[in-house]
Amino acid sequence: MATKKVTRKSTEKKGDLIKFYQNMLLIRRFEEKAGQLYGMGLIGGFCHLYIGQEAVVVGLEAAAKESDKRITSYRDHGHMLACGMDPNGVMAELTGRSGGYSKGKGGSMHMFSKENNFYGGHGIVGAQVPLGAGLAFADKYMENESVTFTYFGDGAANQGQVYETFNMAALWKLPVIFVIENNQYAMGTAQERSTSSPEIYTRGASFGIKGEAVDGMDVVAVRDAGLKAAAHCRAGKGPYILEIKTYRYRGHSMSDPAKYRTREEVQKMRAQRDPIESIRSLLVSEKLSTEEEIKIIDKEIKEIVNSCAEYAKESPEVPAEELWTDIYA
Amino acid sequence: MTIEILMPALSPTMEEGKLSKWFIKEGDKVSAGDIIAEIETDKATMEFEAVDEGIVTKLIVTEGTDGVLVNSAIALITDENSEDAIDKKISIEKVQTDTNLSKAKVKNLVKPLEDNEPEWDTAVQTKTQTVREAIRDAMAEEMRRDETVYLMGEEVAEYQGAYKVSQGLLDEFGSKRVIDTPITEHGFAGIAVGSAFAGLRPIVEFMTFNFSMQAIDQIINSAAKTLYMSGGQMGAPMVFRGPNGAAARVGAQHSQDYAAWYAHIPGLKVVQPYSASDAKGLMKTAIRDDNPIIFLENEILYGKSFEVPLLEDYTVPLGKARIWREGTDATIVSFGIGMQYALEAAEQLQADGVSVEVIDLRTLRPIDYETIIKSVEKTNRCVTVEEGFPVGSIGNHLSAVIMERAFDYLDAPVINCTGKDVPMPYAANLEKLALTTTAEVISAVKKIIYH
Repeated sequence: MATKKVTRKSTEKKGDLIKFYQNMLLIRRFEEKAGQLYGMGLIGGFCHLYIGQEAVVVGLEAAAKESDKRITSYRDHGHMLACGMDPNGVMAELTGRSGGYSKGKGGSMHMFSKENNFYGGHGIVGAQVPLGAGLAFADKYMENESVTFTYFGDGAANQGQVYETFNMAALWKLPVIFVIENNQYAMGTAQERSTSSPEIYTRGASFGIKGEAVDGMDVVAVRDAGLKAAAHCRAGKGPYILEIKTYRYRGHSMSDPAKYRTREEVQKMRAQRDPIESIRSLLVSEKLSTEEEIKIIDKEIKEIVNSCAEYAKESPEVPAEELWTDIYA
Repeated sequence: MTIEILMPALSPTMEEGKLSKWFIKEGDKVSAGDIIAEIETDKATMEFEAVDEGIVTKLIVTEGTDGVLVNSAIALITDENSEDAIDKKISIEKVQTDTNLSKAKVKNLVKPLEDNEPEWDTAVQTKTQTVREAIRDAMAEEMRRDETVYLMGEEVAEYQGAYKVSQGLLDEFGSKRVIDTPITEHGFAGIAVGSAFAGLRPIVEFMTFNFSMQAIDQIINSAAKTLYMSGGQMGAPMVFRGPNGAAARVGAQHSQDYAAWYAHIPGLKVVQPYSASDAKGLMKTAIRDDNPIIFLENEILYGKSFEVPLLEDYTVPLGKARIWREGTDATIVSFGIGMQYALEAAEQLQADGVSVEVIDLRTLRPIDYETIIKSVEKTNRCVTVEEGFPVGSIGNHLSAVIMERAFDYLDAPVINCTGKDVPMPYAANLEKLALTTTAEVISAVKKIIYH
């Protein structure tokens, strides 16, 4: 992967950089807390953490309009926080309590928010791709200006339904951005062992879909790529592919010992390319912010995360009647 | 030598058709491969070619004749070299006046089955309609009523439907709302589900439900479960429809009944109509329903005619069975094409003095248990009839429910008549053996009556 260092972009406003820092840090701390609660047995089942990949969703949310739609896989906590969903509701869903976004009936992998145009939270690898194109289909049908950000991983990029969707999205010029979050491992299988060509962004070429690779550890680069892709879609030119090269620090899920890669590999990535650290040092070195100011942000984020964890622990258990509701509309 | 030209079958299920046009006249010389006529069925219009050479000596069936049976002689040609060729040519004028003969070969149009108790006011006028037309009308009416309803599937638009169910819809609603898809069921089903999350009301046509297995993950994991997984925030108000079950001689991969498969899934509603009026009324209700609906049609029933009420907005509620015949000695519960066997069996048993109550479930999820239990409490005996495989069938489930809720009323075990536990064979004789039959239903009823 490209190892471009984040450099100060003179056009970047302090406010934007601070926002990036806050949003990415919120995801990081939230996920660390989720990991902790999982260890305490308060979160069950599968729990897929987003640590390391924060710049992807934070960058793209900076390119999105509020009315745009987003849909992703089971590694979804970061997406929900980035699009403005309440950390309390997300954490309470992780603990399976009634204050959760799905009243405890969805869990880590299945949360939704109509209000925030977040359409899940899908557990079957690749299934969200046609669904995302369908959201875009609806926008086109209803003549909305919105774009749908459809996130999936490098593993999902090998699913057949992805290519069925590429074909129809291109054929019908659907306003959908296919965001391939390439974190280099499909669960435990490294990309070179599962994927015939490393340039996943070229996979749309045979359908006439433009694609580009983006440094996913650079939030500004991600935001810029997102703006370009969204402009393409909004101009009625059909879908666009962004292969965002990123890295997941944690295992595939909480139960993954990650024996398929070395500790050094992970350490190196953390030390050299961490997206949050990059922005932090940029803020300080460019004198856009002081250590003190940043500490205040860190403290605020810590408080939000601690209080959402408290909320998630305190939130009442789901009433038994809920077993039988929401099956039919 | 005189050769008979026979009415061809244009599809596996075609039994009769209209000879809409002759391209030859008596006295013409034809060669193999010449287009000689145009045949029309309720499904398609096709030209057909001569396979033999010779002189046309007689057109037995006049053009425009309806209901010409497959394999009946429609014309005669004589080998050019044969001695009587010239004579035949001379007698053409005489032959032409003889075309009324063909009437004998033409089957009467299928008489609509009499509904014992129509569900509409007897003052309401009806018209005879095929199931195919009824489904088309239902979709068209709902598309007129609600802009968010659209139809998507393979060959639904320009081809007018692989089974002609969507005929005319493209003309009326345009390509924005009647959408031809590539042959990618998994992908387009997913796109439709996504569009339903966002507020549209798609109707997804599977060319046959056999192909829905390509899309079954999107149907079950995405369409059926999202309302629950989202705590009621969003779901998929949509209809998946298409022909289901065996057609005729199409082999194992194209002949399967998905009733039990989909009825298993909470979050789905499953409909399998028999009559045209139910197909229409249930389809309209299904399109308006806020849940994902599996609407199982049947290719053989598409061409069957029934009375459909001439009401501006005829709907039939989901989850309500219909009693087609009242009876006192035994209850037959069926649905879809199984109703054909059930009603025939009841008719024949009547002649033997056995009074059978016939219930058409119509909806397989939710099931109208009340109507079944009430009937079994009256007749004390029950046979179920369906086309699907026996293990884990709808009949199995009903047997369990009847045992649980009406055990003390039963005078005999419930018998399930189903398709046989084999993949559908192609050979005509084996296919007949694989399907359930009226005779099997009659024998099941007799078995429990004399239990």
